[in-house]
Amino acid sequence: MREALEGSQAIARAVSLCKPDVVAAYPITPQTHIVENISKLVAEGDLHTEFVSVESEFSAASVVLGAAAAGARAYTATASQGVLLMAEVLFNIAGMRIPLVMTVANRAVSAPLSIWNDHGDSMAVRDSGWIQLHAADNQEAVDTTIQAFRITQETELPVMVCMDGFILTHTLEVIDLPEQSVIDDFLPAFEFNRRLDPADPKSLGTLVDPGYFAEVRHSHHAAMQKALSVIKDTDSAWETATGRACGGLLTVEGDPGAAVGIVAMGSTVGTLRAGMAHTPEAGPAKLIKLRAFRPFPTQALIEATQGLDHLIVIDRAISPGLGGILGTEIAAILADVPNAPKIHNHALGLGGRDIPETIYADLIEAIKDPDAPLIFDADMAKLAPEDR
Amino acid sequence: MQDQARLAELRQKFGREPAAPSEPTAERTPREAQPRFRGLESGHRACQGCGEALAARLVMESAGPDVMVANATGCLEVFTTPWPQSAWRVPWIHSLFENSAAVASGMEAAMKAKGQNTKVLAFGGDGGTYDIGFQALSGMLERYHNILYVCYDNEAYMNTGIQRSSSTPHAATTTTSPAGKERMGKRHLKKDLLSIIAAHHIPYAASASVAYPQDLQRKVRYAMGIDGPTFLVVHSPCPLGWRHASALTIEVARKAVECGLFPLVELERGAVTNIMPIRQVRPVTDYLKLQGRFAHLTRDGDPRAQEERDHLQALADYNINVFGLAGDGDDPVDTSGITTVGRGGPLAGRPQ
Amino acid sequence: MIEFRIHGRGGQGSVAAAYLLAAAAFEAGMMCQAFPAFGAERRGAPVTAFVRIGHGPIHLRSQVRTPDWLIVQDNSLLIDPNLTAGLKAGGSMLVNSGRDSAEVAQTFGCRALCVDATQMAVEEIGRPIPNTALLAAFLGLTGILPLDALATALKGRFHGKVLEDNLRLIERAAQSVPTGAWKETEDA
Repeated sequence: MREALEGSQAIARAVSLCKPDVVAAYPITPQTHIVENISKLVAEGDLHTEFVSVESEFSAASVVLGAAAAGARAYTATASQGVLLMAEVLFNIAGMRIPLVMTVANRAVSAPLSIWNDHGDSMAVRDSGWIQLHAADNQEAVDTTIQAFRITQETELPVMVCMDGFILTHTLEVIDLPEQSVIDDFLPAFEFNRRLDPADPKSLGTLVDPGYFAEVRHSHHAAMQKALSVIKDTDSAWETATGRACGGLLTVEGDPGAAVGIVAMGSTVGTLRAGMAHTPEAGPAKLIKLRAFRPFPTQALIEATQGLDHLIVIDRAISPGLGGILGTEIAAILADVPNAPKIHNHALGLGGRDIPETIYADLIEAIKDPDAPLIFDADMAKLAPEDR
Repeated sequence: MQDQARLAELRQKFGREPAAPSEPTAERTPREAQPRFRGLESGHRACQGCGEALAARLVMESAGPDVMVANATGCLEVFTTPWPQSAWRVPWIHSLFENSAAVASGMEAAMKAKGQNTKVLAFGGDGGTYDIGFQALSGMLERYHNILYVCYDNEAYMNTGIQRSSSTPHAATTTTSPAGKERMGKRHLKKDLLSIIAAHHIPYAASASVAYPQDLQRKVRYAMGIDGPTFLVVHSPCPLGWRHASALTIEVARKAVECGLFPLVELERGAVTNIMPIRQVRPVTDYLKLQGRFAHLTRDGDPRAQEERDHLQALADYNINVFGLAGDGDDPVDTSGITTVGRGGPLAGRPQ
Repeated sequence: MIEFRIHGRGGQGSVAAAYLLAAAAFEAGMMCQAFPAFGAERRGAPVTAFVRIGHGPIHLRSQVRTPDWLIVQDNSLLIDPNLTAGLKAGGSMLVNSGRDSAEVAQTFGCRALCVDATQMAVEEIGRPIPNTALLAAFLGLTGILPLDALATALKGRFHGKVLEDNLRLIERAAQSVPTGAWKETEDA
């Protein structure tokens, strides 16, 4: 049913539709509205789940780890510092191949303290072995959350659904929440074959010596690669069920004959779309909306960038001392591709810097400028001369 | 012979017949004939005389098969589960050093959600309990999860090679609190964890020792029967870290209790409800002199050694006074479990 | 697409006003988007919220820089000369104030109307929260959305006495302004 809902509220409702057995969370801006709404659903009796209100994000991640290991469908949500406090557990969850779902309401990482959006938090744990899917709007966030429960079960890989903090979590827009029966058909009952069960005792998380560690990592990497098709197929199945898709691994829109491409993740895509529509004088572009960041859809990206002369890669985080993270990864992917486009990597919207519609024209214009700054929207006038 | 005499003595004292395990038959080996549940199998890789291995085996025997365990990183985790082997006959999970209480919370929430009654146990060493896992433990107790948390207290980070923890006794040497010209081992006190646990007003918290296995197992069984958070700290000597002979584990543990440095007490809802009396209180030096970690305290003619011995004696005296441990009451061997915990060995009347 | 900017102070329900306006647009069959410019502000600090409504999908997610309409919930914010920054030519501002509309219009160089929404709110709902009264007055002036749509949006958010009081308040507020006086700029 279509409703006007705040992003966080919609996520809470979507999670509720997936009937999690255990939800554990610790409040952090801008994730709070998600867990507040889940708590309310529990309090009103609309959601029957064990809601564990923990004393830290570290324990939130640990609780869902234990719950899923014991055979429960488990969910948590966090952001920013919470992601980093969880970091050790996140690697552990993925390494043990525990299936569960987490929403990250993307927010910058301190210092300096910022409660506003960028992707510094989820990027900091990109190597943890989680699937990371980015939502461009709240409908995608809702649909991806539901899909995530199916993906995690099928792959035994934990899934992080990234949605831009405030820009999506606190935005009210029109959302189509599926009927419960649609979800029940789409999402099989939770099964985890390695679950802790006194009738069939297993030891999980044992010490692995150098004789086995490489093999464990290899199988994890292989599982991530296999997950590419699962992510795609799950989105197709969702489209069959609801008539809506989220764009599989990535989608390409805009002018198919354009010589310029722009890659972006998350809510930036919408603003670029608006800029492309409203400033045609800036010139045409192919807009590549990247949904799967981990596993990375290498082949799909190579195909999407074929025929381009220039590829603008937008990051919402940087790796200080190197550059944009997505930009660096895409440069590595395209390094051996014949006639690959020239890459122009820029970071935008760090720490909640508002991204205006004019960014589309400005980015295309900057292709001509070899000295265009990495952090595209930084105002050098605010800096001391020695810091520029 | 000694055991037979002891059995007769107990029989006279308590006027009841301790049940012996059934005789082995041709089809059943002596081990199979034993009624106890072996949740932690032998064949693991603990050191000789490991107090923690013994304690964990005793806990598992009493906790019984319908349990699942969340185990913190530490010796117990490492020596029982070198992939692809495992010494555990119950569902067992190790996640991290500092989160066994939180992982157990999740497991318990899952059991609740699924309407199952399997009891969840959380295990940690003193490092994982007193120090790095302290916050998760407090959260678990406050949220009132139905979990028995067992801390195997060997008073230092033994898995990483004997570094001091907040549970290391005052003046003990470790690799990060060595004795030297300027220092007499650890400068700080052993954290009074049980009081902090008690301040959560949980249904049951107790200390136990591997030197008193029946007492330990009675406490485990009592905790298992409670629907709520319970806590047990088990004094578990580490021959390597404490630097005593492997054969002396039980004796060292017993002397810690007998001198008052490790009081065996039970607290319910924060109030002391039971203690194990010490019939013959020993001086702390009887305990200290068995262990290399206190060797610098038993040097003659060093006034600092005397000062620290006095300090430790004062701490023991404090425990004895606070809990009223000194007394001419019952023998500290607790026998209430002897009828339900079958014992192998000489008591079963088998030939040696 | 029509863009709004709502200025208020923490505690006056500016974010709620943005959500209500967007929800009303949805009830009227339009697409909508509403979000706050969240800061670390506490009660009493200036708060800004944004609304976009339109008949097609809304992709743009930047803050509203060139609003068609301004709604100002607190008289004290009028000391800020940048209040109307980016207001489109022909744009108007509705202000919760007892001040003279012409004077405010002259100060900011745009069409302005002052209504004492706080007073109406105190009388009807017993609390000095002007947001629903202002929205109703705005809809009365512009006719952008039917008042019924706002009433439906309120029903999705409030219940019982609070709802009844607010429904009475919006009726009164809508009638307190000249109906359709700003209608000609509907498509600004």
